[in-house]
Amino acid sequence: MVQALPSADAPAPDKSGDDAPLLRIASVTKRFGGVVAVNNLSLDIRAGEFFALLGPSGCGKSTLLRMLAGFETPDAGRILLDGTDIAPVPPHQRPINMMFQSYALFPHLNVAGNIAFGLKRAGMSGIDIAARVAEMLALVQLEGLETRRPDQLSGGQRQRVALARSLALRPRMLLLDEPLAALDRKLRESTQAELLELQRKLGTTFIIVTHDQGEAMTVADRIGVMDRGSLVQVASPRELYESPNSVWVATFVGDINFIEGLVVTQKGNLLTLRTEEAGTIIVTSTVKPVAGMTVPLAIRPEKIRISSETASSELANALRGQIVDINYLGDSSIYYVKLTSGSVMKVTASNIVRSDTGFFALGQRVSLSFSPDACIVLDR
Amino acid sequence: MGASRNFSRPARIAAIAPYLWMALFFLVPFFFILKISLSQTAISQPPYEPLFDLTQGLEGVKRAAAQLSVENFHLLLSDSLYVLSYLRSIVVAAVSTFILVLLGYPIAYGMSRLPRGWQALVMLAVIVPFWTSFLIRIYAWINILQRDGLLNDILIALKIVSTPLVWLSTDTAMYIGIVYSYLPFMVLPLFATLSKMDASLLEAAADLGCSRRQAFWLVTWPLSLPGVGAGALLCFIPIIGEFVIPDLLAGSSQMMIGQTLWGEFFTNRDWPVASAIAVILLLVLLAPLLVYDRLQRKQLEGRS
Amino acid sequence: MSARAVTRLTPFNVVSLALGFAFLYLPLVILVIYSFNASRLVTVWGGWSTRWYWELLNDQAMMEAAWMSLRVGVTSATLATILGTMAAVALSRGSDFRGRTMFSGMLHAPLVMPEVITGLSLLLLFIAVEAERGFWTVTAAHTTLTMCFVSVIVQSRLNDLDRSLEEAAMDLGCSPARAFFAVTLPMILPAIAAAWMLAFTLSLDDLVIASFTTGPGASTLPIRIYSEVRLGVKPQINAICTLMVAFVALVIVVASLVSKLSAAKGGSAAPL
Repeated sequence: MVQALPSADAPAPDKSGDDAPLLRIASVTKRFGGVVAVNNLSLDIRAGEFFALLGPSGCGKSTLLRMLAGFETPDAGRILLDGTDIAPVPPHQRPINMMFQSYALFPHLNVAGNIAFGLKRAGMSGIDIAARVAEMLALVQLEGLETRRPDQLSGGQRQRVALARSLALRPRMLLLDEPLAALDRKLRESTQAELLELQRKLGTTFIIVTHDQGEAMTVADRIGVMDRGSLVQVASPRELYESPNSVWVATFVGDINFIEGLVVTQKGNLLTLRTEEAGTIIVTSTVKPVAGMTVPLAIRPEKIRISSETASSELANALRGQIVDINYLGDSSIYYVKLTSGSVMKVTASNIVRSDTGFFALGQRVSLSFSPDACIVLDR
Repeated sequence: MGASRNFSRPARIAAIAPYLWMALFFLVPFFFILKISLSQTAISQPPYEPLFDLTQGLEGVKRAAAQLSVENFHLLLSDSLYVLSYLRSIVVAAVSTFILVLLGYPIAYGMSRLPRGWQALVMLAVIVPFWTSFLIRIYAWINILQRDGLLNDILIALKIVSTPLVWLSTDTAMYIGIVYSYLPFMVLPLFATLSKMDASLLEAAADLGCSRRQAFWLVTWPLSLPGVGAGALLCFIPIIGEFVIPDLLAGSSQMMIGQTLWGEFFTNRDWPVASAIAVILLLVLLAPLLVYDRLQRKQLEGRS
Repeated sequence: MSARAVTRLTPFNVVSLALGFAFLYLPLVILVIYSFNASRLVTVWGGWSTRWYWELLNDQAMMEAAWMSLRVGVTSATLATILGTMAAVALSRGSDFRGRTMFSGMLHAPLVMPEVITGLSLLLLFIAVEAERGFWTVTAAHTTLTMCFVSVIVQSRLNDLDRSLEEAAMDLGCSPARAFFAVTLPMILPAIAAAWMLAFTLSLDDLVIASFTTGPGASTLPIRIYSEVRLGVKPQINAICTLMVAFVALVIVVASLVSKLSAAKGGSAAPL
């Protein structure tokens, strides 16, 4: 059945994790020939949230999305929308709409015709259609372009038309398949902000598929990281970044430094480890490794304080090294510091001081330090 | 997507030889047709009054101009035999083209839905009869449609009729022959257009609420219209001037214009009238030819 | 009803394909079968026999016509391929030059022009220049007719080609012309070969234009077949037709194999 269209504005987004999720993906598997694209995957999506599926190409995120839209059928498992299994329902009868990566705008229809397309299928009257089209155009800020054809629009404009078209039916859920991939960086950033605002205003559940982690972090309430058909971690952006659950996630999301540490003692949640790179260091950890075990420690580049060699450090753990490379990025710089052990640490620092030469020089000896809770002890 | 600067000069040089050839063998002859259509019949070899003799210089041209006669055109436009022949040709071409679209579209559509690997094979399968001799294919149908041919045999065996029907020398046979011969001309351009269509458009249509049938009529059909147009013109224009098929398969009561031309030329030895027929036929075809040229150029050259 | 991929084949698709191809091929199949009919009458099946093929070989006129057709075909196809490729290059790679529209129009007109008009006009030309009508006039006529088919095929292939390869060649020191011969030409060779074969079969097959432009004693095969066909159905005609069909099919199979082989060697996909 085609979605009955609600009249008033949607209620404020309910992301408080109520008991029944809007969408439940239950043990879904999809195979293509001998390849398993989605492997026994389960996931709950809450009403009103902006969810991102993040992963490298080939991880199965697009396949999962297409199964939600109805263009692929799961080989096993169920997909429950509001408790009903929608896997047997064909795409044109699902109250879900999709925004395609290539936009898929109909070349033989103008902007208004494209947006009105789904509305006509739903049997809306001409007056209502015209009103809704106008509302959508205002929503994406494309007023005045009703009569243009897709080939007369810029990439950014086409993207907005595709968005307007997919939202016109006020679907329960909007699926976005790498929608910003074709835009240049500035446009992408501004569009991300607009998408976020739009989602908040409408309260519609958005599921976006992307390989760009910056994008996922910007827009999503929760991110599901996928690798080779399985969900590796589902968490909020902050949790994902600060508390990755594995070496893989830690490496995939953002930059990271790794140190191997041998557990010496443990007191409360303070671990003392001996490392080749840094001598003895102390970290806080909820993971309880056994003494004598070697564990990977992960530290984000921005959590490390870089200072000149002679400066004293207030932070517990200290390392010494020499700068072998600097990437100047404008707002910040990345310093590649070679430690006495030979391994190179990546350290980022904001360029708070305006100077023509930079605060640190290539080849300079520096001291690095970080606090105990800046480190994450990982399972492998 | 068009030319890069570097290639302009060499490319233009490459155009010279074919340009000259076509100008000589295609363009110039049309002037001859025009010239002869304006001259008188004569019992001679070649069978028309020479219009002018260049050796006689300006005098000759002046004398020739005085001799120009539109008598032939007058004959064609007034004699119902010729007028009916033109009309019949247009009607036959229109009906045939319609049948061709009706039959050719499902075939081209089916082909475009096949997986990529199969498409190349199937296209080859359509092309093979097309490359087979035209004449042979018509002859094959004569075989089947004769009084004691296969079609009647089957109909009698299935008890649909009791005595053999006459198929040959009828309009039905002619239409069968035309549709059979021109089917690849309709299917191939249509297939080219359909196979280039973006599959995600159909998915978008489904996503927005179209059943498969609706998606076809609302998205596939409108987008395939240029292909339909190209195929239709590619058939309509030559069918008007068809000679072989009506000559071998149709009845002799009413001739198409191609047959009339042939008859005037080879049987009556009246070259001026034959030329006049050709001139008027060209005028009739001018509009469709221009439309076709425009469609072709858009397809072949306007790719950017 | 389960959710199926929207681009799957429907039963309607399958039926229309099956019927369409049956319609295309059945008459030919019947023709071939009856060429082996031992009985002279089409209505009676007299068993398998190849006698008509032997009778064919003794038919002097038919054999001469076949030889004539082959010569005309090879010559005109070669000429048409050379000229047509040049035209395709000009249209595909050249920018707007004066007369381009007319050139393109002239080039593509024979594709659609009724053959009676083209045939008549060419004959009048040959008479005006008092050319002796025979092998060369028919060849010239066929070249004119088939050149546009060659041009369409090669032009289509050229448009699909990746320009950056030519640009890379020029970047590395080739002049535009040299880049074309060194890089582009090898890549469009399958298309050119396919175009040659198309031109050849079109020439082999043409009846109307050959009738207008040929001279005494220079009949082509279609002309002979046509004069026989007018007299009625005869098994000998079935035999010669079967031979022609087999020949053309062979040419096409060879063409496909050649293009598949060159594609496997890192060339391009199907030229057509």
